[in-house]
Amino acid sequence: MADRKEASIKKIAAIKTMRKLMAGHFYELDRAVKEGYPKIAWCTSVGPAELLRAMGFLVYFPENHGAMLGATRMATETIPAANAIGYSPDICSYLTSDIGAFVQGRTPLSDAYEGIESIPKPDVLVYNTNQCRDVQDWFAWYGHHWSRPVIGVESYRNVGEVTDVHVAGIAGQLKALVPTLESITGEKLDMDRLREAVRLSRECSDLWKAVLETAAAKPAPLTFFDSTIHMAPAVVMRGTQAAIDYYNELLPELNTRVAEGVAAVEGERQRLYWEGMPVWGRLRDLATQFLELGTAVVASTYANSWIFTALDEQEPFESMARAYTELFIVRSDPYKEAYIEEMIDTFSVDGIIFHEAKTCPNNTNCLHGMHLRLHERLGVPSIIIPGDLSDLRCYSDEQARTQIEAFVEQLDGQSRRQAMATPA
Amino acid sequence: MAERWFVGVDIGASVTKAVLLDETGNVRARACRNSGADFLAAAQDCLQRVAAGVDSVPEQLERIVATGYGRGSVQQALSRVTEITCHARGCYESFPQAITIVDIGGQDNKVIAVTAEGDRHNFKMNRKCAAGTGAFLEEIAGRLDTPLAGLSELADRATGHVELGSFCTVFAKTELLRLIAQGTPVPEIAKAAFRSVVKRIVEMDPLAGQVVMTGGVVAHHRIVVDLVSDAIGREVLVPDHAQYTGAYGAALIAREA
Ligand code: SF4
Repeated sequence: MADRKEASIKKIAAIKTMRKLMAGHFYELDRAVKEGYPKIAWCTSVGPAELLRAMGFLVYFPENHGAMLGATRMATETIPAANAIGYSPDICSYLTSDIGAFVQGRTPLSDAYEGIESIPKPDVLVYNTNQCRDVQDWFAWYGHHWSRPVIGVESYRNVGEVTDVHVAGIAGQLKALVPTLESITGEKLDMDRLREAVRLSRECSDLWKAVLETAAAKPAPLTFFDSTIHMAPAVVMRGTQAAIDYYNELLPELNTRVAEGVAAVEGERQRLYWEGMPVWGRLRDLATQFLELGTAVVASTYANSWIFTALDEQEPFESMARAYTELFIVRSDPYKEAYIEEMIDTFSVDGIIFHEAKTCPNNTNCLHGMHLRLHERLGVPSIIIPGDLSDLRCYSDEQARTQIEAFVEQLDGQSRRQAMATPA
Repeated sequence: MAERWFVGVDIGASVTKAVLLDETGNVRARACRNSGADFLAAAQDCLQRVAAGVDSVPEQLERIVATGYGRGSVQQALSRVTEITCHARGCYESFPQAITIVDIGGQDNKVIAVTAEGDRHNFKMNRKCAAGTGAFLEEIAGRLDTPLAGLSELADRATGHVELGSFCTVFAKTELLRLIAQGTPVPEIAKAAFRSVVKRIVEMDPLAGQVVMTGGVVAHHRIVVDLVSDAIGREVLVPDHAQYTGAYGAALIAREA
């Protein structure tokens, strides 16, 4: 039985710094468009950002813009515009919300940052299909619209062990991007700058990993919902010193919470793992519901996807290739299951929430029975919440609420029985 | 000392139900009415009526557990528990063994697994679409110009094997139009609608072990139970007053709190 409490989300103080940082990021891009310098590269979330930075590009991540469209719920109004011009409502709602917004001449950046009127026009668009094919289609639309080159890396998929063959293949593709990029900047790639960008990116990744790992503490000092916000610098600024500085501020704050036993969720009873995309337009509602249920979502595949432990400045191209291929989304189900098993162990997880995102099968892992296999092997209960990352037409608030509540009731029942079975 | 009453109130998408128990756990009163557009009014009305059943007034009903879609509306409730937990509790009281519960509600269907010890260890809800729920039958009855209550009687008269193939409610209704245009007898269409509901249910879960069915649809349309039983090849149990199982479970939880 769920006892409800008036709950409020505990603020993380570093958020102020993050807001400034993000504003700086978008204003810098906007200025570059207006002044024509530096050149701007669009990049997919795990595209070759290190290479682009090393070559002097400012890097813009449309998936981050997609998340903003989702979180502000502007997506709900812009997706239909993309549907109307012929994009199916069943494909990536980052894509449809983003193209729809462009068609409508809108962006959440204008609401958040005064003076910014549009997303930054690219000089080149660089994808990596390690996320999905949708990113390539997405970039192709803008490339066509602005007559800009669209180049990228075609990733392997369903990879078990990442072998030297994979690494050589992707590294080769990365190197093959260089001449086009050089022709845009008019400058040769400086390998020392690349090594530096890879080093900075790795440092950011290590810090982000440490941030997430603080949630292994009981009670957890941060939740998945916090991490979806605080991951922003790791997403859009990896390869810069600013991102590192940010996590050097955030990490001690969380470590202090751990040392002082400060819980993100007061009276934490259950600890869950979130598998799949966030429901961007419902982050606050979900965070509040879990708070009221005394349940902390302590870890997620999603936030972990910006950990790139393979990056190594000594071998920039090869290590980028390895890092981009070691990514969870690229891997085989046996690998993914072993990975989740490790997370369950590390974070003392009681149950798993699988978010079945209607428009992103790539980040939905319960479609081929993974939840059943994990349950059979580990005995960890799970639920599947049908929904979407940004298209709230695919999400039922009431059903999701009831499912989550019933799941926590089930876990509470199990905890009670365990307590009764354990002699005092 | 005044007797203590325990009440479960289940504010469902279509119908609100209340069950009142005495201290020994016997059901002393039941009430139901359409939930309508005012969940609180529906709940208050049902509470009033079960209270009247034991010569009491709602204000004296201290131990209320609310469940169902509108559970948040009952301020005086001791606690609010999901209908999933309440159905499990109610069914297990009637059938204390390992059971797989199928609850067909107005807006959604649920499959709930309960162990021999009465522990709920798994549950599933149908997807977003209302296919296979009470709402679907209501729409079909409307299309056939038949009161919902008479739909199963109509279906009982069918002798053929007409089926609706579509997954989604909208497509199923389009198929229905085709059947009407082809001059298919109405009883056949009515039975096809029930078959469609059952197909949606067996798609949700393998329905292992002893199956128990609850909910308003089951209470009023036994044909669904027979069709599920045919589909799985085993007998299906139905508790008495199947429509009240959620409210009964909630009342039991109120008594145990
Ligand atoms: S991985 Fe999913 S959310 Fe990300 S771009 Fe591809 S389809 Fe969209």
